[in-house]
Amino acid sequence: MSLDDVVRSFRLIRSKNAGPFTITIDLFFEDRTAYQALRSLSELSAEAIAELYRVDVEAVEIHEVPSIDALKISLPRRVPGGTPGDTDVTGGQQYGPLVESLARADLAGRLSGRPRG
Amino acid sequence: MRYLALTGNLGAGFLEASLAAAMARGVAFIGADAGSTDGGPHYLGTGSWIWARDAYLRDLRLALSAARDAEIPLIVGSCGGGGNDSCVDDFAGLVDEIAGKMGWRLNLATIHTEPSRDYLTERFEAGAIRPLENPPPVDKGTFEAPGHIVAMAGAEPIQTALEGGADVVLVGRCADAAIYAAMPLMHGFDPALVWNAAKLMECGAAPAENRRGQDCLLCTMEEDGFVLEPLDPTTRCTPRSVVAHTMYETADPFALVMPSGVMDSREAVYEAVDERRVRVSGGRFEPAETYTVKLEGATPVGHQSSFWGSVRDPAILTDLDGWLEGMRARVVERLTDVYDVPYQLDLRAYGADGTVGLDTERVPHEAVIVCDVVAKDAAVAAGMARAAYHVVLHWPAKAWAGASITGIAHPYSAPVVDRGPVHRFTLNHVLELEREEIARLFPVSTRVAGAS
Repeated sequence: MSLDDVVRSFRLIRSKNAGPFTITIDLFFEDRTAYQALRSLSELSAEAIAELYRVDVEAVEIHEVPSIDALKISLPRRVPGGTPGDTDVTGGQQYGPLVESLARADLAGRLSGRPRG
Repeated sequence: MRYLALTGNLGAGFLEASLAAAMARGVAFIGADAGSTDGGPHYLGTGSWIWARDAYLRDLRLALSAARDAEIPLIVGSCGGGGNDSCVDDFAGLVDEIAGKMGWRLNLATIHTEPSRDYLTERFEAGAIRPLENPPPVDKGTFEAPGHIVAMAGAEPIQTALEGGADVVLVGRCADAAIYAAMPLMHGFDPALVWNAAKLMECGAAPAENRRGQDCLLCTMEEDGFVLEPLDPTTRCTPRSVVAHTMYETADPFALVMPSGVMDSREAVYEAVDERRVRVSGGRFEPAETYTVKLEGATPVGHQSSFWGSVRDPAILTDLDGWLEGMRARVVERLTDVYDVPYQLDLRAYGADGTVGLDTERVPHEAVIVCDVVAKDAAVAAGMARAAYHVVLHWPAKAWAGASITGIAHPYSAPVVDRGPVHRFTLNHVLELEREEIARLFPVSTRVAGAS
C-alpha cells in the first residue's frame, strides 16, 4: 500500500551476490505476526519474482527461515558480477524493485487489527 | 578448543583491543580470509590485491606478533583477493619483511592453487568438470584462455601444512570455511559442528550486532556444540543475529557445500548463553561420495574506457529512453566512422533504470549517463570513448524545438577515464577428484621466513 507499510513490516530487505552468477535477496520481517501475515503475499511468489526480474521461474529459489521470521530469494544474474555491462558489481541494490512491488501490495489490509507502531 | 577469526577480510582491519582480548583468553590458532569474488573478476584476472600493501602489513604484523607470542599458527586463505599463486608469493614476501624486521624465524607454508592448464584440459575432456548453477558456457578454449584459473582448496592442504609444523600458512584460493575447519577437524570434533562454526566464523565479527566495522570473532568448540563471542564489548551475538548471518551472501541458507561433503544446518539450534554469547548445537554433515573442488576463472575481455555526466533538464528526463535511443544510434554510427574493429558499448542512465536495468515509469529528478566502451586495444577503447563522449555531450533534446546543441554536466577535465584491462568470470564449475589427487592439486611448500 505504501513504502511506510513496507518499512514498518520488515526490519530489513537487502540484496547481495551469492557468488558472481547469483543474486540473493533477504527479507527480515518485523516480527512473527508480520511473517505469518505477509509470507504468502503473491508478490513473494516465485512467479511474481520471475516476472519482476525477468528471469525463468524455474531459476527462482525461495527459502524460508522461520526461526528468525526471514525469507531468502535467490535468482540468476543477467550479467555475471563485474563483467562489462554489469550495473551493480556486488548486487547491493538489486532488491529495489522488490521493495517497490511490496509497496504496491496491500500490506496494511493483511496486517489490519495489529497495533501499529 | 578456542580459535580466533581475525577479521572478515585481511587488510580491512580489526580492533587491536579485540585481538589482545582474544589472546588473553588463549586460542589454538588465528585465521583470516583475504579473498572474495564479490568485487568482480578484476582481482583474479590481474592478480592485484584488494587492499593496499600498508593495510595488509598492519593486519599481518599484529596477527603474526600475537601468534608468535602464543606459539600458535596463523592461517590466511585466498591471498590477495583472487588467491592467485603470485599473491601467495607476494604475501610470503610481506611475512619475510615483517619477520626480518622483528628478527623472527618462522616456519612458512605456502599452498599454490592454480592447476596447470594441461591438467584442467585433460580433466575437462575426461568429463570430470561439471557445471554448478547458472554456469557460463565452457569449452576446451576456456582452459586455454589467458588470465587465471584457481581451484578452491578445502581443509586437507591446510592440515598437511599444520602437520608439517607451519607457524604461518598462506593459501591461494581457499574455501573460507576451510581456514577455520582444518585444525578443529584434526582434533576430532564433530564435522557438522566444525563446518557450521567455520561458516559462521569466516566473516569475522559479521554475526555480531552493533559492530562498528571489521573485527575479530572468537569460537569455542565443545564436544556437542560451539560458542560464538565477539571481542568488542560494545557488540553482541544473539541467536537472531547469528541465524541472520547464515543467510549472508549465499543462495541457500542451510547448505554449505564443501569439497568433502555438505553441512546441513536446518536442524541446528541457536541458544543465548548470556547477553553476548550464542551456543550452537545440532546440524548434520553428509560426506560426499566424490570429492569436488570448485573452480574459478577470470579472463581478459579487452580494455575499458568510461565517462559519465548528468542530466537535470526535465524536458530531457521526461523522454529519457527516447533521448538515449537516438544518442546510442548516433554513437554507434560515429564509432563505425572511425573504427573497423569489434567493441562493446554500454550506455545507461543511473538515476533512472541504470541500477537494475528494468524499466521504471517514474521521471527522475536527475540522471547520470554512464558510458563504457570495451575494445581489445587500450588506445582504441580510449579513442572510442572520447568519440562517444562528444556525441553524448551535445545530443539534442527533441522537446526543445530550437535545440541543436545541449550539454551534459560532467565533473572532470578530461572526462574520459581509462580503466585498463577488464575481465569476465569464465567458470562456475567443480572438478571431481580422487582424494589421492588432493596433494598434487594443492602443493604445500615450506621454508623459513625472516631472520637467517
